[in-house]
Amino acid sequence: MIRLKNLTKIFGATTAVDNVSMEVGAGEVCVLLGPSGCGKTTTMKMVNRLIEPSGGRIFIDGKDVTEVDAVQLRRSIGYVIQQIGLFPNKTVEDNICVVPDMLGHDRKASRKRAAELLEMVNLEPAAYARRYPKELSGGQQQRIGVIRALAADPPVLLMDEPFGAIDPINREVIQDEFMKLQAALKKTVIFVSHDIDEAVKMASRIAIFKAGRLVQYDTPDNILAHPIDSFVADFVGADRTLKRLRLIAVRDAMAENPPRVTAQDAVETAIALMESHGHISVVMVGPQGRARGFVRLEALRGKKGVVGDHFEKLPSVIDIDDNLRNAVSRMFTNDQSWLACVDASGVYQGYITQRGITHLLGATYRDR
Amino acid sequence: MEGTRTAHPMAALATLWRLALLGLVFVLGVWANASGTLSAMMLYREDISFLTLQHLELVAISGAIAIVTGIPIGILLARRSLGLFGPLLAQIINLGTTIPTLAILALAMTVLGLGAPPAIFGLAVLTLLPIVLNTVAGLRAVPPALVEAARGMGMTNRQILFQVELPNALFVIAAGIRTALAINVGTVPLAFLIGGGGLGELIFTGIDLMDTGLLLAGAIPTALLAVGVDLVVGQLQFWLVPRGVNPLR
Amino acid sequence: MRGRALIWKATPLETLNFAIANWSQIVARGWEHISLVGVAVSVAVLTGVPIGILITQSRVAADRVLYVAAIIMTIPSIAFFGLLIPVLSPIGQGIGYLPAVIALVFYAQLPIIRNTYTAIMNIDPALREAARGMGMTAFQRLREVELPVALPVIVNGVRNAVVLNIAIATIATYIGAGGLGVFISRGISQTDPRQLITGAIAVSVLAILADLGLLLLQRRLTPVGLRQS
Repeated sequence: MIRLKNLTKIFGATTAVDNVSMEVGAGEVCVLLGPSGCGKTTTMKMVNRLIEPSGGRIFIDGKDVTEVDAVQLRRSIGYVIQQIGLFPNKTVEDNICVVPDMLGHDRKASRKRAAELLEMVNLEPAAYARRYPKELSGGQQQRIGVIRALAADPPVLLMDEPFGAIDPINREVIQDEFMKLQAALKKTVIFVSHDIDEAVKMASRIAIFKAGRLVQYDTPDNILAHPIDSFVADFVGADRTLKRLRLIAVRDAMAENPPRVTAQDAVETAIALMESHGHISVVMVGPQGRARGFVRLEALRGKKGVVGDHFEKLPSVIDIDDNLRNAVSRMFTNDQSWLACVDASGVYQGYITQRGITHLLGATYRDR
Repeated sequence: MEGTRTAHPMAALATLWRLALLGLVFVLGVWANASGTLSAMMLYREDISFLTLQHLELVAISGAIAIVTGIPIGILLARRSLGLFGPLLAQIINLGTTIPTLAILALAMTVLGLGAPPAIFGLAVLTLLPIVLNTVAGLRAVPPALVEAARGMGMTNRQILFQVELPNALFVIAAGIRTALAINVGTVPLAFLIGGGGLGELIFTGIDLMDTGLLLAGAIPTALLAVGVDLVVGQLQFWLVPRGVNPLR
Repeated sequence: MRGRALIWKATPLETLNFAIANWSQIVARGWEHISLVGVAVSVAVLTGVPIGILITQSRVAADRVLYVAAIIMTIPSIAFFGLLIPVLSPIGQGIGYLPAVIALVFYAQLPIIRNTYTAIMNIDPALREAARGMGMTAFQRLREVELPVALPVIVNGVRNAVVLNIAIATIATYIGAGGLGVFISRGISQTDPRQLITGAIAVSVLAILADLGLLLLQRRLTPVGLRQS
C-alpha cells in the first residue's frame, strides 16, 4: 500500500533520513519508533509532502506521491498531530468536516458522517457537535483530532505521536478506542511514537529508527524476541520479554481439552484422573461446564465421598481473550502456579501454567 | 445583591466610586444650570449638530481607510517569508506609535496643506499603526500547530490564511481596531487646527474667546462621542468575534 | 490660522537653520515639557500604584476602577482640558499649568493602575503559596516577592503613561501650559513650516527617547531569573 524506496532527507549538513526503504501493507498499523531526532517524524512527513524528500521515492498504491499535487495528496491522507491542532474558530462539527468541505462533499452528508464518527468515540453528537474546542477536555479534543482525520474516509492515516500529550489513564482508553475504530475501518496507518509500550500495543509492524536509519522493521513480537542489535535491545528495554506477554492471547498459550471433574464425581475418580495426567490438582465444573472450583490431589488422599464435599474455590480465572501479561499478573497476585481459562460465559476451556508460559516464551529463542 | 457587594471592604470602595461619580455629574449639572452655562450651550445647538456630523464623518472616513489598509499591511508584515524584515518594520511602526498625535497632524499639514484631506490623511496614519501592530501580533500568536494541522490536511496557503490564521487572530485584530479608533476619536478635535472641521472648532474657539458656554458646547459632545464610539466598538468586538476565539464569551 | 489650504515648501535646510538659531528656546520649551510630564507622572505613580495594589483585593472594585479609568482615557484630551476650565476658573487657574498637570495625572492613571493590577494578579499562585508557606507576612510577601516580580510590568505601565503624557502635554500648549507644543501651535497659526516641523520633530524625539529609556530601565529592573533570552 505504502512503499518507501531509498528515501533520504538532508537538512544542510545533517542527514535526517538516510536511505530508508520499507513497505506498509494495506490495513496495517506501522509504528515508527525511536528516540527523538532519529528521523521518524521526518520520514512520516515526507509521505504527505509536508517535507519534500532530498532523494528516493514514495509510492501509495503504486503511485508516486510526487506526481500528485501536494495539496490534493494531503486531502487524501488523514493527518493527526500531537498538539491536536483543532481550529478554535470552528465548531467540533466543522472541524471534523474541514477536509470533506474542502473537497466539496455534500455538507449534510458529511455532517451526518461527523455525528456517526462522534458516536464511535463515545461522544454524544447532540451534545458535542456544536461546541467549540475550548469547551472540551484534552482527551475529548484528541478524539476529535482523530476522527477529523477520518472524516473524508482516506485510505491512509498519518499520526504524529497523537496520544503523547494525554495523561496515562486517558491514553489507554483512547488507544483502545482507536484500535476498535481501526478494526472497523482498516486504514493503512503510519504512526510515529517514542513509547515502546504504545508501539507494542498498536502496531502490526514496528520500524525502529536510529540516527536517520531504519534499523529493524518487524512484527512487535519479533522485535521484542529478537532485537537485531544492542541499540534495539536497549531501546525496547530489559523487560522486553515481559512486554511480549501482552502480545500473546491466553487462548494461544493454554492447554486445551483439559481433564475436569464434576461435583458428583467420586473422590477416587478424581484421584485416578489426576494421577493418570500427572496433575496435582483438577478443576471442578458445573452442569453447563462452567468452572466452579478445584480439588488438590494432596488434599483428597484418604478422603471419602464426592468431589463436591471437598472442592476449594478458584482464587481467580482468566478470560481466554485476555493476554498473558494479565494472566501472569493474576498468578503472582494469588500465588498460583496455574490459572483456569474460561470463555466469555464462564465455560472452562483450558488452563495455563507458569511453566507453560516460560516454555512458550523460550521456544522462540531456542529456534535460533 | 447590594448586601453581598458591601460585604467586602473593597467592594464598598467600588460602590463609593460609583456614588462619587454620580454625585460629581449631579453637582456639575446643577452648577451648569445655575451658572447659565447650560442655556449658553444651547445657543450653539445647530453648530453642535452640524459639527458632530462632521466629526463623525472624519472618524468614519479615516477609520475606514486605516482598517482597509492596516489589516493587509499587517498580514504582509506577519509573513514569515519576510525573514527579519517583518519584525524590523513592525519595530519601526511600534516606535511610530509613540509620536504625539498633534505632531503627526502637523506633519500631515506640511505635506498636504490645510483642510479636510490632510486631516483625514493624518488621522488615518495614526489610526493605521495600532491596527497594523495588532494584526501582526495576532497572526504571530496563532499556534504553529494549527497551521501545521491545516497544511497537513491539504489546505492551500490562501485557505490557511482565511480559514485558520485570520479567524484566530480576529480577537487581537479587533482589539487593535478598538484602540486605534479610540485614538482616532481622541485626535479628531485637533483636526480643526489644520482646517479639518469637527467639534474642535467650538472647543478651541471657546478657549481663545474664554467663552465657557462655547467651550463646553464642544467639549461635552466630544467627550460623550468618544465614550460612545468606544462603547459601540467594544460591543461590536464582543458580538462579532465568534465564540470559539473570543476569550470574553 | 483659519486660512485656506496652503501648500508649503519648506526646505530641510531652512528648518535646520531655524532650529539652530532657536536652540536655547527649544531646550527651554523641552525642559518645560519634561517637567510638566515628570510632575504629572510622579503624582500618578504615587496614586496609581497603591490603587492598583489595593484593587487586587476585590474583583468587583478592580472592575469598577479600571472601567472608570478606561472611560477617562477615552475622553479626548482637549475636551478634558475644556471641561477643567470652568471648574478651575473660580480659583483663577482655568488655563495654564494646573489644569494641564491635573489632566495629565488623570490620563496616566489607567496604564499605571492596570499594569500594577495585572502584574500582581498574574503572579504565579504557587509563588504566593510558597511565600506564605515560608511564614512571610502579607507585607513581606508584597515587598519580597510580589513587587519585585511585578516591577517590570509596572514600569511598562509608567512607560505607556509617559509616552501618552508627552503627546497630551503637546496639546496642553493650547491652554497656555507651554512646552514643545508651542512651536507646533505657532507654526500652524503663523503658517510657518519651520517652527511646525521643528516642534513636531522635537516632541517626537522626546517621546521616542523617553520610550526607549524607560524600556531600558524596564529590562534592567527585570530580575535576572525572569529575563527572557
